[in-house]
Amino acid sequence: MAARRRLGTTELVYIALLGVVVVGGILVALQGRNLFSTANTVDMLGRSSLLGMVALGQTLVILCRSLDLSVGYVVALSTLVAATTMDGDPARVPLGIAVTLLVAGAIGLANGLIISVLKVNPFITTLGMGLIIKGYLDTQFKGPAGAVPEGFRQFGYSRIGFVPLSAAVMLAMAVAGILYLRKSRTGFHMYAVGGSADVARMSGIRTGRVMVTAHVICAMTAGVAGLLLAARFGTGNALVYDDGYELDSIAAVVLGGTFLMGGRGGVAGTLGGVLILAELDTVFNILGVDAFFKDVLRGVIIIAAVAIYARRRLDVRASRRRFDGDGGAGGGSPPDPPPNRDGPVSTEQGGAR
Amino acid sequence: MTLTKPGQAAGASVRTRLADVAGRLFGGGSPTVFALLVVVFVVIFVMNPSFAEPPSMMAFLKKAAPLVILAVGQYFVIVCGELDLSVGSLVGAQVVIAAALIDGEESRTVPVLFVMLAFGILVGLVNGLITTLLKVHSLITTLGMMLVLYGAIRLWTGGAPTGALSEAFRQPGRGGIDMPVVRQLPWSLVILFAVVVAAVVLMRGSYGRTLIATGDNEKTAMFSGARVWQVRTSAFVLSSVMASLAGVLIGGFAGVTAQVGQGLEFTAITAVVLGGVVLGGGRGTVVAAMAGALTIEALFTLFNQMALPSTIRPAVQGVIIIAAVAYAARERARPGPHTQTPPAPPEQNPDRDPAVT
Repeated sequence: MAARRRLGTTELVYIALLGVVVVGGILVALQGRNLFSTANTVDMLGRSSLLGMVALGQTLVILCRSLDLSVGYVVALSTLVAATTMDGDPARVPLGIAVTLLVAGAIGLANGLIISVLKVNPFITTLGMGLIIKGYLDTQFKGPAGAVPEGFRQFGYSRIGFVPLSAAVMLAMAVAGILYLRKSRTGFHMYAVGGSADVARMSGIRTGRVMVTAHVICAMTAGVAGLLLAARFGTGNALVYDDGYELDSIAAVVLGGTFLMGGRGGVAGTLGGVLILAELDTVFNILGVDAFFKDVLRGVIIIAAVAIYARRRLDVRASRRRFDGDGGAGGGSPPDPPPNRDGPVSTEQGGAR
Repeated sequence: MTLTKPGQAAGASVRTRLADVAGRLFGGGSPTVFALLVVVFVVIFVMNPSFAEPPSMMAFLKKAAPLVILAVGQYFVIVCGELDLSVGSLVGAQVVIAAALIDGEESRTVPVLFVMLAFGILVGLVNGLITTLLKVHSLITTLGMMLVLYGAIRLWTGGAPTGALSEAFRQPGRGGIDMPVVRQLPWSLVILFAVVVAAVVLMRGSYGRTLIATGDNEKTAMFSGARVWQVRTSAFVLSSVMASLAGVLIGGFAGVTAQVGQGLEFTAITAVVLGGVVLGGGRGTVVAAMAGALTIEALFTLFNQMALPSTIRPAVQGVIIIAAVAYAARERARPGPHTQTPPAPPEQNPDRDPAVT
């Protein structure tokens, strides 16, 4: 019992975030400016809210050992659905929100059903779904369309103290996501399905339903991101899909310590990953780093982070029970079983199962 | 003939035999893609009989060659259980590098080709070593590589590509040998043919078997003596070299722009998967992957023939991909001659080996 508890991946993510903030703060201070000024903090949080929403949903899907490459297109479609439904009429705002979430959810439902019923690989399913939405958007909308009433545009611009409203919504969604994964049965089942779909099925979990649920939630969070973008732009725009949210969100999820092959990780880590990316962006912007150099750095940082997690996982794997895999996000603090309890029985165990 | 058990399903044997022969002929891959390819071509021929004439077929193959070559490279990576998202930006990087280094001077063509080859090998090595030794999932490794290449190339050239390609450099992509009948035999077709032969020979040899075994079950392959990390790294190197080759052809064919290569990685992966190669590795043949690439190019041609508005094409493409893969998944799930052993397919499944007779 006296053994020191190992740092979980999520703690590591937040330590990295702290490191980024400190180093960034020093670099910015060397230029005689303040990273922690209200303007910069608002900028950072504003950046994080959009990617955060998309990455939240992506986390659930990746936990189930799936993937959603259509989120960028869902975001674009959602901006248009929201803006054209609201059409500048404040009375139609609730309708616009409902229709947007419904459409996004329907796309998630289609993704989930194609994956779980037709047994099409998630990569192909969501890539194809993205293409389908892209085709529809390009054919149907030649430019910006619809209008968002002034009241709803507050969602994009107003802030409470130094926290933008959009960031507050994103944080609330993150808390809901953490609770969902920790407390709800379906959330728990997602870890099981991601860990091993066969074992989960034999334990009586309806794996198909879990997969569909994850995809519906993922598409709906992308829908919320679309609502936010519509509020910021004041109109719907199809070209949003060029921003590459699908790959960015996957990068954020993985940077947050969620295992790409499913079953390990959590929303708290993803939030950390999103904040790291947003903080880096803010620091680069203040320092005036070349936009292309930012891409290079981002690529290197993502690979390096995952390499570090993979190193840690190599020696943790043998001594961690699968269902504890919530990324060790503080909270329940599951006691690790003593390492090497069975002496030589080590990594091979996993393969023989 | 170990493929069908003697007494099994005598009634339906004709169909089974036909599928069997087709499977052997095309290297044992999923027949779906070949059926789709034939259907698409028949529709094109019906709509436009002149397409069947040799010159327009040559033009089609010339346009299709880069994607087929990319699909071959992607096949190596996918069949050993990985994924390469960096090929699109590598194609773009190679074209921009070529233009900047050659800068219109004929004498630099050959040295620059060697530089490109070296750069391709380097990118493949980095991808492979990070994936195998540092245990980073290849989706992340190659996604990072994609960002790095994208940013580095633009950083180097200051945003827009500079320089120009030499005439000799453009020959493989757009030139050819003048001939009767086909009017012109494109160089790209000659290169494509060489790549196809090399890939088939490679996949039939011990390297190919090791590659497939690695993708099917890494642990078993390791215990059987395969050096898994070396095999995988070499697959990434092959993929990057193929992407460099495709870059030469695309650069010659289409010239230098900032967007060249964008999105090609997804098209190549789609082609391979359409060919019945399973993401996750261990299943599918290189010939089927190439047929997948041809099918996609044929679909693009068909869209042209039908004068389909360019905006709706992605949607049709998406529907066809999902439908084809769903159909192939249904085929796989059904007990038949190709899946005789429902519980846990063995690693060294002799049924899948087309070389054994």
